[in-house]
Amino acid sequence: MSLGHTPPPRPGPEVPPTDKRKMALAAVLLAIPVVALLWVPSYARVEPELWGFPFFFWYQFVWVFICSSLTYTAFRLTLSARGKTTHKAGEDR
Amino acid sequence: MTAHLSPQLTVMAADTDGINGVALAVLIVLFLLVTVAGFMATRFKRAESMESLEEWGLGGRTFGTWITWFLLGGDLYTAYTFVAVPAAMFATGAVAGFFAVPYTIVLYPIIFVFMARLWSVSHRHGYVTPADFVRGRYDDRGLSLAVAITGFVATMPYIALQLVGIQAVLEVAGLGGGDNIVAKDAPLFIAFAVLAAYTYSSGLRAPAVIAFVKDILIYIVIIVAVIYLPGQVGGWEAIFGAAEDKMAANNAAAAEAGLPQSSSFVPGSGAFWAYATLALGSAMALFMYPHSVTASLSSNSRNTIRRNASILPAYSFVLGLLALLGWVAIAAGTQPIGLDGEPNAQLVIPQLFEDMFPSWFAGVAFAAIAIGALVPAAIMSIAAANTFSRNIYKEWLKKDATPAQEAKVSKLMSLLVKAFALVFVLTLDKQNAINFQLLGGIWIMQTFPAVVFSLFTRWFHRYGLLLGWAVGMVYGTIEAYQVVNPATGKHFGGSTALIPGIGEMGYIAVTAFVLNVVVAVVVTAIMQAMKVSNGQDETIPFDYFADADDPRVQKDLAAHDAEDATDARAPHHEADGDLPGGATSR
Repeated sequence: MSLGHTPPPRPGPEVPPTDKRKMALAAVLLAIPVVALLWVPSYARVEPELWGFPFFFWYQFVWVFICSSLTYTAFRLTLSARGKTTHKAGEDR
Repeated sequence: MTAHLSPQLTVMAADTDGINGVALAVLIVLFLLVTVAGFMATRFKRAESMESLEEWGLGGRTFGTWITWFLLGGDLYTAYTFVAVPAAMFATGAVAGFFAVPYTIVLYPIIFVFMARLWSVSHRHGYVTPADFVRGRYDDRGLSLAVAITGFVATMPYIALQLVGIQAVLEVAGLGGGDNIVAKDAPLFIAFAVLAAYTYSSGLRAPAVIAFVKDILIYIVIIVAVIYLPGQVGGWEAIFGAAEDKMAANNAAAAEAGLPQSSSFVPGSGAFWAYATLALGSAMALFMYPHSVTASLSSNSRNTIRRNASILPAYSFVLGLLALLGWVAIAAGTQPIGLDGEPNAQLVIPQLFEDMFPSWFAGVAFAAIAIGALVPAAIMSIAAANTFSRNIYKEWLKKDATPAQEAKVSKLMSLLVKAFALVFVLTLDKQNAINFQLLGGIWIMQTFPAVVFSLFTRWFHRYGLLLGWAVGMVYGTIEAYQVVNPATGKHFGGSTALIPGIGEMGYIAVTAFVLNVVVAVVVTAIMQAMKVSNGQDETIPFDYFADADDPRVQKDLAAHDAEDATDARAPHHEADGDLPGGATSR
């Protein structure tokens, strides 16, 4: 615990080298579910139904899976965006 | 929706008033099982010593992807959620209940963005709470105290609500009745005393182990219920039909009585803002709670939490199904009536299980809810206790506290916090706990700028953040006070109010948050113009990317520890209570 004093200066780059385009793409992927689900008028309706479920309900259930795959893709992207520095192959950072 | 009416099944369980012996026996056996597991948990990823917050309060920051998945799942999807969300669906429909689904979906992209940074900087500097980070980022005790107190106060009613969850189960199982105040609340006392004991001895390892049992039980119970129950009440068409009819009837009755029509089948155009802001605000607030941060920081790598952002939504799916069980109960004609003879929507899920399932399976469902209360209650009390010992005890009362003293204070505080929650639930009206929890959500969101914005930038001035927080707190509290329940005439009747300038109903926390940010920006601009110091930053940019296995971290920590060892003898240097070898160097 080092509250109250400044850590010593360290060697090496301060911010690891980052592939900005991949990070931007990851940001877009993460923004998609937020925008989609906060845009309530786009799905607050009953039709079309699926197996007796009004659209409002099954649509949001579907987003559980879409969101999950988008965050996973974003996760892989952030790994590869910062993956090629001093690290051993395959090591997360 | 469907034109034909559902066959309304009216199930009147014969044993509603008495003790359900089989269910109770199953409940007790499973409770004993997790009690043993809770005490054995000290052996789980055993540490050399439990006498530090790193070990007792964060499980040594050793939990991998799957343990974190169970722990966070057990922590975030609480028993109260399992009781209250379907109850809200049952009583007033989709806006009040189903927003939990978009809430727990948009949650994950949001935490993906900032949680890895919080993990890294906490790992580098041994931070245990968000207030620790704020303290280090600005060297400002006032702002740190504001964050700490908000977290502490917001968590207290949340713990109390876990008890409400257990009470609901016990009540339906037939316990807790009668006029004898000791006999009435004895089961709750025993459950909480046992919980307090193993949390005291095992720390965060106890809920980590119990979470496995809890989550597996919850998954089994809900999957079985969702497959079996719809067929018993005429299928999903009938369920949605019954819900639509009930909400329409509610609104017709409300219109006749001159009350606002607050029930909804699918949100109408007047409820779009409310639905969206409830989802967004709740998602932004959730990971400001100390218990969410504690569970996240206990993971073993900055990427554990990001990987979890793609697998935790499994719980959201289950939560959505559970919400719909509130409507299954409408179609089944469930009558949630308390032991006092009054209708109580909170009892709808336990009552549905008791009515529709054999006793032994109802017992499993009751156990799932009761154990589901123990996991978050344990983590919340640990997190609140850590916040107290780190940010109030060590910061303000005993600056030279050693890690062992910190851990001691935390352990005692975890007992005190639970005792307080128990007193809160037993002496005050249950509604108070619910009101305070709504208020807690509004409050905790006001720490978002100080914690999350500061992870990315030091543009904001510490006084701007502090003033923004204060304005958000005051505004949110006043607005919530002014929400009057039309039926009972009491204050704090809900968490939505008109959004100024937009004229639609919205979640008060979000409006207060916007105000908070505006104040923070304006004050920051003024402070910068006046060149007021923005405190000392003890973090460097690299800290926000560090990982556990980063070779540079190991090297730097070695250097850091060497420096600490030298400093320890220097009288001018404030003892910082670091263990030899460092909390962070594993």
